[in-house]
Amino acid sequence: MDKKKNSEKKIRANLTGWAFVMPALVGFLIFNLLPMIMSAYYSLCEYNIIGKPHWIGLANYTALLFGKNETFWVSVRATVLYAVMAVPANLVFSFMIAILLNREMAGRAFFRSLFYLPCIVPAVASSFVWLLLMNPDYGLLNELLRLLHLPKSQFFWGADSVLPSIVFMGIWGTGSTQVIFLAGLQNIPRVYYEALEIDGGNAWHKLWNVTLPMVSSTLFFNLVMGIIGALQVFSQAYILTNGGPNNRSLFYVYDLWRQAFKYMDMGKASAMAWLLFFVVIVLTAVVFKTSDKWVYYEGGED
Amino acid sequence: MMGRKRDFRYYVKRTFFYSFLLLLATVCVIPLYWMVRSSFMVNTEIYSMRPFVFWPKEMLWENYAKAWNSANFPVYTLNTMIVVLSCMAGTCLTSAMAAYAFSRLNWKGKKQCFALVLSTMMLPGSVTLIPQFLIWRNFNLVDTLWPLILPSFFGGGAFNIFLLRQFFLGIPRELDDAAKIDGAGALQIFFRIMIPLSKSAMVVVALFTFLNCWNDFFGPIIYLNSKEHFTIAIGLLQFKGDYGTKWNLLMAASTLSVMPCILVYLFGQKYLVEGIALTGLKA
Repeated sequence: MDKKKNSEKKIRANLTGWAFVMPALVGFLIFNLLPMIMSAYYSLCEYNIIGKPHWIGLANYTALLFGKNETFWVSVRATVLYAVMAVPANLVFSFMIAILLNREMAGRAFFRSLFYLPCIVPAVASSFVWLLLMNPDYGLLNELLRLLHLPKSQFFWGADSVLPSIVFMGIWGTGSTQVIFLAGLQNIPRVYYEALEIDGGNAWHKLWNVTLPMVSSTLFFNLVMGIIGALQVFSQAYILTNGGPNNRSLFYVYDLWRQAFKYMDMGKASAMAWLLFFVVIVLTAVVFKTSDKWVYYEGGED
Repeated sequence: MMGRKRDFRYYVKRTFFYSFLLLLATVCVIPLYWMVRSSFMVNTEIYSMRPFVFWPKEMLWENYAKAWNSANFPVYTLNTMIVVLSCMAGTCLTSAMAAYAFSRLNWKGKKQCFALVLSTMMLPGSVTLIPQFLIWRNFNLVDTLWPLILPSFFGGGAFNIFLLRQFFLGIPRELDDAAKIDGAGALQIFFRIMIPLSKSAMVVVALFTFLNCWNDFFGPIIYLNSKEHFTIAIGLLQFKGDYGTKWNLLMAASTLSVMPCILVYLFGQKYLVEGIALTGLKA
């Protein structure tokens, strides 16, 4: 009797659990799993949206990787260059701001809100302002360069300056990375610094021997998210440069979008998407693998 | 800190520190200041570099009226409001439901399900983009607002589920146990205890959803083609195409599009910053 009641209870509990998670689960199936399977299939097809997908095996992949007339490697180059500049720049800058904001000071709450503010400005609006600020002829930035007796820059319009300009603009919007660093910094017990002070350590010792090891897990998280984000850079190319000048800012996802929605080559675009997915997985795995060499978890390994 | 002697060196250091901080703060604010300042100007003032014009001679409020009227801004605003409010409702409800199931209920497959949901955070959006588009096209819903709204009623994103789950885990279990003894079911506990007790976390989710939807332009450029369905984000892009050289109007339109975000941020910044720290995740 009791057993039966118990199992009935269990079934009820299971049903309730599944019922509550149902919307999210259906969402996962329709908007994630099914599309993943579909895009894996399309990546092996010739498919220009009008007709039916037509199986061609790995031809999309080989065309991308070894084809002559492809922009694929151009976009890979632009994206890797961007990531190599943007990821360290964003990390160093947001870490520096977080250290500043973690000091004792007047108006700390005000400054924290202020530095986060750029994060909430819509990408379109902020891009337009930077377009004005970086205008080669009447932009503020060139005028500042002139006052500092530095050469003018073509910014978004110059083949060599377009990527650094986009990186610079990106640094402005790193507020959420700053906040995550700040949260990590606030978790460091004060006693560690006090112990170092007693031993006669200076600011450099504090940074190198306490702060950096203690925020290494936060740094690790920000690094992984930063890499994943940088590889998917899109909006700047779409809003500001259209991939130019001279394809220097032809970012990977922008090229993918172009393949799919301009040239209507859904098969090739899907293949590009899967190559990106593959790279993201491999990179994340590599960072995870090396992380136990340099990431310190206070609670020990779990 | 308290007992330390405040000698000359201390004040030098502090002065240096604050100057550096103020310099960075200025750099941080300049783009926003430039946007607002240019929005009140005549274009010749914007082009004038020597000397700089830091503030317009005459505040041209009519730039805002012109910007508002020359594009379809009333329509864009209405569309954006429809999308944003629907997404907020859908996300808050369904992500809280999932978070409740993951934090409080015991059911078979919970762990696996949670891992699946979290794994979607690593998935690049471009992998699912094309099939999603084709699915919506199959249902003849491209160039409507539905592709932007409906997904939020199916879980509302792994980030929000994770955030709310973390919060729910912190609510004492004794409360639901007491309610259970009084005969409350899961649904009552959810609506009468969990939701009211996690108002601050729900505010975070609602605010993030607001900002994300308001700022989203990837979805709209994929799904919307005709101007009467545009949201503000791509309306603004269109505006640049049409009035690209009229910087003052463009800046006025940009300022208009930023204003609601700033208001929402001022209202909820305390919650927002807490929310990011709580999960260690970005919006």
